[in-house]
Amino acid sequence: MEVGREMFIIEHLPALVIAIPLLAAFIAPLLKRFGKHAVSVWSILNLSIVECLVIVLGYRVIKDGIQSYAIGASIPSLLSPNGLPVRIILEVDAISSFMGLTSISIILLACIYSACFMKKYKSVERYYSLLLLMAAGIMGMAFTGDMFNMFVFLEVLSISSAGLIAFYAYKGEAIEAAFKYLVISSISALMVLFAIALLYGQYGLLNIAALGAAFRFTILDKIALALLVSAFVMKCGAVPLHMWVADAYGEAPAPISASLVVASQISLYALFRICFTLFGLLPAIQIIAWFIILFGLASMFVGVTMAMPQKDIKRLMAYHAISQTGYMLLGVGVGLAVINDINALNAFGIAAMEGGIFHIINHAMYKGLLFLVAGAIIYRTGTKNLNEMGGLGNRMPITAVLFLIGMLSITGLPPFNGFASKLIIYESVFLFNPILSVVAMIVSILTLASFVKVFYSAFTGQEQSKYKDVKEIPAIMLVPLLILAFLIILFGLFPGIILKLLVKPAVQALLDRAGYIGVVV
Amino acid sequence: MIDIQFLTVVILISVGISTLVFKKNIIKIVMGIEIISSSINLFLISLGYREGSVAPIFTNAPSVKMVLPTPQALTLTNIVIDLAITALMLSLAVLIYNYYGTLSMKKWRLVERCS
Amino acid sequence: MNDVSLIVKVVAYILIVPVFIFGSYVILHGHLSPGGGFAGGAILATLVAMLVITFRDDFKENPHEIFSILECIGMIFFILLAFFGLSSSFFHNFLVNLNGLFGKPVHFGVNPGYLNTAGVIPLMNMAVGIEVFSALSLIVLMLSMRYGGERK
Repeated sequence: MEVGREMFIIEHLPALVIAIPLLAAFIAPLLKRFGKHAVSVWSILNLSIVECLVIVLGYRVIKDGIQSYAIGASIPSLLSPNGLPVRIILEVDAISSFMGLTSISIILLACIYSACFMKKYKSVERYYSLLLLMAAGIMGMAFTGDMFNMFVFLEVLSISSAGLIAFYAYKGEAIEAAFKYLVISSISALMVLFAIALLYGQYGLLNIAALGAAFRFTILDKIALALLVSAFVMKCGAVPLHMWVADAYGEAPAPISASLVVASQISLYALFRICFTLFGLLPAIQIIAWFIILFGLASMFVGVTMAMPQKDIKRLMAYHAISQTGYMLLGVGVGLAVINDINALNAFGIAAMEGGIFHIINHAMYKGLLFLVAGAIIYRTGTKNLNEMGGLGNRMPITAVLFLIGMLSITGLPPFNGFASKLIIYESVFLFNPILSVVAMIVSILTLASFVKVFYSAFTGQEQSKYKDVKEIPAIMLVPLLILAFLIILFGLFPGIILKLLVKPAVQALLDRAGYIGVVV
Repeated sequence: MIDIQFLTVVILISVGISTLVFKKNIIKIVMGIEIISSSINLFLISLGYREGSVAPIFTNAPSVKMVLPTPQALTLTNIVIDLAITALMLSLAVLIYNYYGTLSMKKWRLVERCS
Repeated sequence: MNDVSLIVKVVAYILIVPVFIFGSYVILHGHLSPGGGFAGGAILATLVAMLVITFRDDFKENPHEIFSILECIGMIFFILLAFFGLSSSFFHNFLVNLNGLFGKPVHFGVNPGYLNTAGVIPLMNMAVGIEVFSALSLIVLMLSMRYGGERK
């Protein structure tokens, strides 16, 4: 019986991972009558369950290969009854479970942090409900194997994120930021839908794997590719349309800023999935790859230069998030540029992709840490303005050390995890094109300069009299910060193990186009 | 020959995008997004349409020539999502009006801070 | 300042019954005819919109709490129905062709439309109907009662 139940759960893992947060999201508001703690405990409990399930699923993927699930079929493994996939299929390979693991971990930690951070606000149950919906949207986008399903989860993600960004509804700026985010994300989602319609009109298919098998690379496909790439680049916050990032990350509550980082990265995942799996064989994929590289370069440079003059601590970090997104685009873009050239791919393409993918999880961790530290400062001092801070290092020593860890990691200094991934990107991109690598290094130095400013103005200097009573943050808020700092140091000290365990399978899955398609067709 | 419905889609999308780009009133921006969304709905529906065919209900169908059901499902889903987006945007617009007393995009604080 | 005339109020009272019946009809026949949960729920929500417009000044407090709970219940019902299919797979139609609730096989040939078919689809239609009705009512109530009127 026990074995049977285990098998039962394992068989339904891909669906459960999406369904549990979805169900929990709608139960959360009903728990309000049992007090605010009940809602937060419920959310943390559910997200922990999902985290465990994702880990088990990832283990299964590494061990047994791609896991797939046909929703609504009489048996879940019945993917394409008559040779054509008629149902919505969830398809989990190493890169999806990598993204799912990254996202759910950050959201879980943000949720633990919120238990204390959001305690003083009314209607917290809506907050947790939206946070769980956001988790469901991210999980759905990561694990789906269906274009239209991806669109639906993209919209679920956008709507819940917009609601969360506008959570400080008493502030006009937060409403504005949410409106801006919603305009951008609905336009990008409509572009995705238009591209899906173009693809459906030609092939009558919505499944990513089946579409990839049926591709003929007509002119309409290229239009669809351009629409999809621009939509997801827009949504992940790369430069030509980065203006929502600073507002949204800056005005949202701090745990939401940390979760929005992974929410943008899941669009990045969608971009990579489209480029590699759907359009991997397109002869002109190099042009798209160069566009992605240029978007990445522009993001890196514009993000960091815009970050320099900022006075608002979270806005500054938001611009750095744009800049760091550029590294991922650069790394994976270089891999995409040489995808059809086996020698170059083996020489530096795979390494560049490993750097880019590794940077995703590293960025999620240190940017999450930095946003949560910024939230801690705001929680205690009540200000976001760097000019009004000062001398907090004596009052909040642990927070200062944690900030230092995050800062050294984002600037890419050894022995922190930012160094590990950035080094891989520098080395491999240098073989592709030295100029790109030089720009990446310059951006890293500018990042250091910008963060040194933050550290000095917030934690050192003259102690301000109005912050005499500032204490260290409560223990429950420190727990996620300490976990993140521990993981950052762990990933920085043993990058080889992490690369072997998490990143290399993910990159192989991204490159293994035939394997992904072969599961369905 | 260009089908009239696809031409309509193109015209509607251009109207929507020009609304988004040139109008400063946020209600008009919501309308622009709605126009684009509706034109994509029209596109989806016209993709699935077969001339002289029947509704895709198999029970005792008068002919086997049927309209494609999937684009209709996609359209319905998009309509539902669109409803949510519009409702959220309009409620944000109401809040913005309550704070700033204007619906113009030029007068907001974030815009001033950035420029 | 009650400027809604008596005629409007009486007509609104009269309209409650037919609109409610029509909305429920569209929800319940969702698996047989065009319509379904979303359309029927939207029709039912117009009822609330009508009541809000007509009797706005008579409301003592905003009844949004009940709709908020109803919305959650509708959605939980829907997802639980999907969960019940887990014996085969998520969202599996576990009631169809079992001769139980909504379990009759579909008749071939010309028929008036038998309600007792299609498995979980009518149940899901009902869940979606409750959800859409309460969500749209909530939107209407919130927008009209909380933020309505000119800015002071």
